[in-house]
Amino acid sequence: MQWLDALVQGVLLGGMYAQYALGMALMFGVMRIVNIAHGDLMILLALTGISLATAFSLGTMSLIAVLVPLAALLGWTLQRGILNKAVGEDPLPSLIATFGLSIAVQNLMLQIWSADTRSLRGGGLESASIDVGGVYVGVLPVIVLVTAIALTAGLDFIVRATRFGRGLRAAAADTEAAAVTGVDPKSIYAVSTAIAVAILGIAAVFQSLRATVSPADGPAQLIYAFEAVIIGGMGSLWGAFVGSMVLGVAQAIGFRIDPGWGILFGHLVFLAALAIRPEGVMKRG
Amino acid sequence: MKAEPVLSTHALSAGYGDFQALFGVDFEVYAGEVVALIGANGAGKSTLLRSILGLLPVLPEMVRFRGKPVGGSKPHTMVRNGIGMVPEGRRLFAGMSVEDNLRVAVDYGRKPERDDDAGSIWTIARIYALFPILGERRDQLVHNLSGGQQQMVAIGRALLTQPRVLLCDEISLGLAPKVVHEIYDALPLIRQAGTALVLVEQDVSLAKRASERLYCMLEGRITLTGASDSIGRDTIAEAYFGAIHAMA
Repeated sequence: MQWLDALVQGVLLGGMYAQYALGMALMFGVMRIVNIAHGDLMILLALTGISLATAFSLGTMSLIAVLVPLAALLGWTLQRGILNKAVGEDPLPSLIATFGLSIAVQNLMLQIWSADTRSLRGGGLESASIDVGGVYVGVLPVIVLVTAIALTAGLDFIVRATRFGRGLRAAAADTEAAAVTGVDPKSIYAVSTAIAVAILGIAAVFQSLRATVSPADGPAQLIYAFEAVIIGGMGSLWGAFVGSMVLGVAQAIGFRIDPGWGILFGHLVFLAALAIRPEGVMKRG
Repeated sequence: MKAEPVLSTHALSAGYGDFQALFGVDFEVYAGEVVALIGANGAGKSTLLRSILGLLPVLPEMVRFRGKPVGGSKPHTMVRNGIGMVPEGRRLFAGMSVEDNLRVAVDYGRKPERDDDAGSIWTIARIYALFPILGERRDQLVHNLSGGQQQMVAIGRALLTQPRVLLCDEISLGLAPKVVHEIYDALPLIRQAGTALVLVEQDVSLAKRASERLYCMLEGRITLTGASDSIGRDTIAEAYFGAIHAMA
């Protein structure tokens, strides 16, 4: 029973990681842009969300409705203003630009919000749970998981089957060839990053309902997202979802063995996945 | 009687950073015409095509398309105006199926206008009729195709952007002679649709046979131009290799 519980809690934790990882799967996996500021942007959105919710007494749904468009705008501006100048065959410029951005965002957040940890009140939602045959399942984590599944399915459909998705995959495969086929890679990328950061806006709300956030939390979230994308396989959105599940379950099992081992166990499983199947579990052809 | 050329360059100079690769190139293509552009490696043929399409910075007056100065516009704008390109080395979208490669062009290429007659509009079905093997392999990923089939996808993709002028950069390169024939046999059909063709070729006799006019380039300059069937081999050799080689 203890292990079944660990499995269930791990899958639920994986749902949260899947929300971090989805934007990363789009930017890193598909567009091949290394965004070191990924976690920091999520924390920035979380702290902004907490401040907005406090200032205007917004409920969870209305906060999501406000924060997601704001996040999309942030992503669009980030791509137009910085990343479009740094993308190309060489991944190094985008890595360096976003590394700088990460440090700037962290310090900006410290300046505005101080180092205190904060969280969002969900009106009892955050502590509600249901008893499923002896395993207590939190209502919020289930909502997080269901949202993650819906977001992954939606984004996967967009990338695979729409005009925008084809343009994005074309631009990611060969930017110049896409341009001579009529695709404007920079505007496609701007929309794509807007989508990735908009998803982070949703993740930010759930993260601050589920746990606490403080300005220095970004890099850890970045690592989980990276690991999930790589375990799952570059370019596969469902792969990132599966990778998040693997990471969540590994951590939950680690925590059961010893409370100090949870995070480490996740990293160890990541290293094992890298050694055994470096192309990722969902890599095609 | 020839009207104004559909596409022309005027004293076009361009290069990569400090390196100048083109020196005052004047080049023109008329509607429905097949023009070959020949020259040795590094003569500037690909650079000329890239400059026309806006992949290299040039001044607006250096490239005119349908009477308007368009030099230096963004490549996707050029494509949507009606200049198509089959890039050197095919450059297909890896990881995507044959059909998805073609659909990108349908989605993002030039939208047919009312003055285009229905027979000249390319559809995916017409591409499959032109190259039946692509229809059979439509769901396969492009990197599983042979070189010739990949070249057919690249040509199909360019045609689906509904070009008024199609620039083909070395479409015979690296292909078996039989496959080259197959691809060159398709060119008259493309022309029938009213598309002007610019063929960059290293194979001089192939270029002569397939075109009406030809240009020869050497070290970033046009060294010869004229009707393909009236230029002799010696004249071409001189323009191709330079006067020193011709005397030797």
